[in-house]
Amino acid sequence: MSSKYQPVIGLEVHAVLETRSKMFCACPVVDSTVGEPNIAVCPVCAGMPGMLPVINQAAVEYALRVALALNCTINLTSIFARKSYFYPDLPKGFQISQYEQPLAQNGWLMIDTAEGEQRVAIRRVHIEEDTGKLTHVEREGQRFSLVDLNRSGVPLLEIVTEPELHSVEAVRNCAYALRSILRYVGVNSGNLEKGLMRIEPNISIRPIGSTEFGTRAEIKNLNSFRSLERATTYELARQEQLVEAGGQVVQQTLGWDDGRGTTQAQRSKEVAEDYRYFPEPDLPPLVLEKAWVDKIRKGLPELPQARRERFIKKYGLKAYDANVIVAEREVADLYEATVAAAKTADAKLIANWLTGPLFGLMNEAGVEIAGLRFGAKQLAALCDQVAAGKVNAAGGREVLGVLFVEGGSPTSIIKARGLQQISDSGQLAAWVSEVIVSNPKQAVDYLAGNAPLLNFLFGQVMQKAGGKANPAAVREELQAQLSKLGK
Amino acid sequence: MRLTKEDVEHIALLARLHLSEEEKERFGEQLSNILEHVGKLQELDTKDVPAMASIVVERSRLRPDEPAAAMPRADLLANAPDASDEQFKVPPVLDGGP
Ligand SMILES: [Zn+2]
Repeated sequence: MSSKYQPVIGLEVHAVLETRSKMFCACPVVDSTVGEPNIAVCPVCAGMPGMLPVINQAAVEYALRVALALNCTINLTSIFARKSYFYPDLPKGFQISQYEQPLAQNGWLMIDTAEGEQRVAIRRVHIEEDTGKLTHVEREGQRFSLVDLNRSGVPLLEIVTEPELHSVEAVRNCAYALRSILRYVGVNSGNLEKGLMRIEPNISIRPIGSTEFGTRAEIKNLNSFRSLERATTYELARQEQLVEAGGQVVQQTLGWDDGRGTTQAQRSKEVAEDYRYFPEPDLPPLVLEKAWVDKIRKGLPELPQARRERFIKKYGLKAYDANVIVAEREVADLYEATVAAAKTADAKLIANWLTGPLFGLMNEAGVEIAGLRFGAKQLAALCDQVAAGKVNAAGGREVLGVLFVEGGSPTSIIKARGLQQISDSGQLAAWVSEVIVSNPKQAVDYLAGNAPLLNFLFGQVMQKAGGKANPAAVREELQAQLSKLGK
Repeated sequence: MRLTKEDVEHIALLARLHLSEEEKERFGEQLSNILEHVGKLQELDTKDVPAMASIVVERSRLRPDEPAAAMPRADLLANAPDASDEQFKVPPVLDGGP
């Protein structure tokens, strides 16, 4: 994006409320990306005539948790509405949604941007039902579509932000912040690949300094945070090129093609959106007791934003590390439990081991916190051993690797593998002097100014020590003996 | 209120119906008559009556989140005009839904 235009972006996020049964019927909620089609369907979610929807209380509670976490005003009376359109994934010919009086509105959340923290306004949060799933088939020269209604009627939450995001980075951070909140309040796993969370940015540009809104395009079909960033970058560039060439942006819905890295129009103008919303006659208003809403508010966990501030203050973490740790509740929980269990290691050392070596192993193996074979007690014991100088960093990593694969106790692993760090000064001095004696040329060249040779000599000493020597002590001894030699 | 031909064509498009010229004429006439009939209600003065979304009962009842058995798949698909691969089979649709 050149400096001539400002991106103006809002997000529309759909999150499945991960209840056990569907929104308006008792069908079980199943993973619609795997398994048998049409095994969790009843006359209500198949849209058969004469069926009446009944609201799932848990879905309302989940929606309230999110709305409250997003600082929204809750409408104690909200109305369900019919959104009419004809498409084969929608068996009733309409979707039950909320329109004029949504569950909640006027909230906000804090995000990080290059310019600092930004408060992003949430326009509304409402409940609706998911659609079925279509598969397009071409078989023996015949083209048709198949409809699986397992997902039809699954509770969905729609969250709409105001168009207040002005960079790709802000879009990404806002999406991450929303995902983090959904996970913290325990209503959604934040899985984009499986479509449990769907992020649709609406994008426009305007000349810098202008306060008017340009025509916006909406992007669908984003299955990862990476595609959200790529698609947003692509669309901003497309609009800028179009406007620079004297063209005009048309209001439309675009589908992102991840393989090609481009978007394409999804619906033609003739079928302009005309949903003819009206109050759902089968559902009387949703009226909430204030006491219930207050109880849900009180039951909310400490949210990422507050937790981050606390971590910075209490543990002296840098903002970046605090962000990384609080992004997922399970990670933050493990961190706090480890800090509490540690005797020698301080909070910063534990943060380094968590976000460095441990995250590295987890990313490589695709393992999450819940899948770890050890807990806070073992991580604390390992960090204590490192802090006390009983094992050096390389040895500590080896211990962590064993913990990661097999579990066990760090102290026994250190003993069993003979990883105890050697800090004995007599032993270290002997190794250092042996190395200098057998590498006289390197020692002399180092003294003549070839500084990198120190690393070579250091490596030789570590090799003699089987990697177990205290690296700081080795460096010190090496420099001491070399400088004596130079005199 | 009388519907124009454009109104009728728009409604037909939204309902995914193909109407002949004669049908547009006939249905336009019928729809207009229905609207005019219902339009009688507009004559009522509702200035002091609060808007209401439902006339049935005051509030929805909520049900506990307990799954129950779904419908046997054979029964579900028995009513479909066409089925294949244990799914409803429909004419090809290519673009994404709304
Ligand atoms: Zn059902």
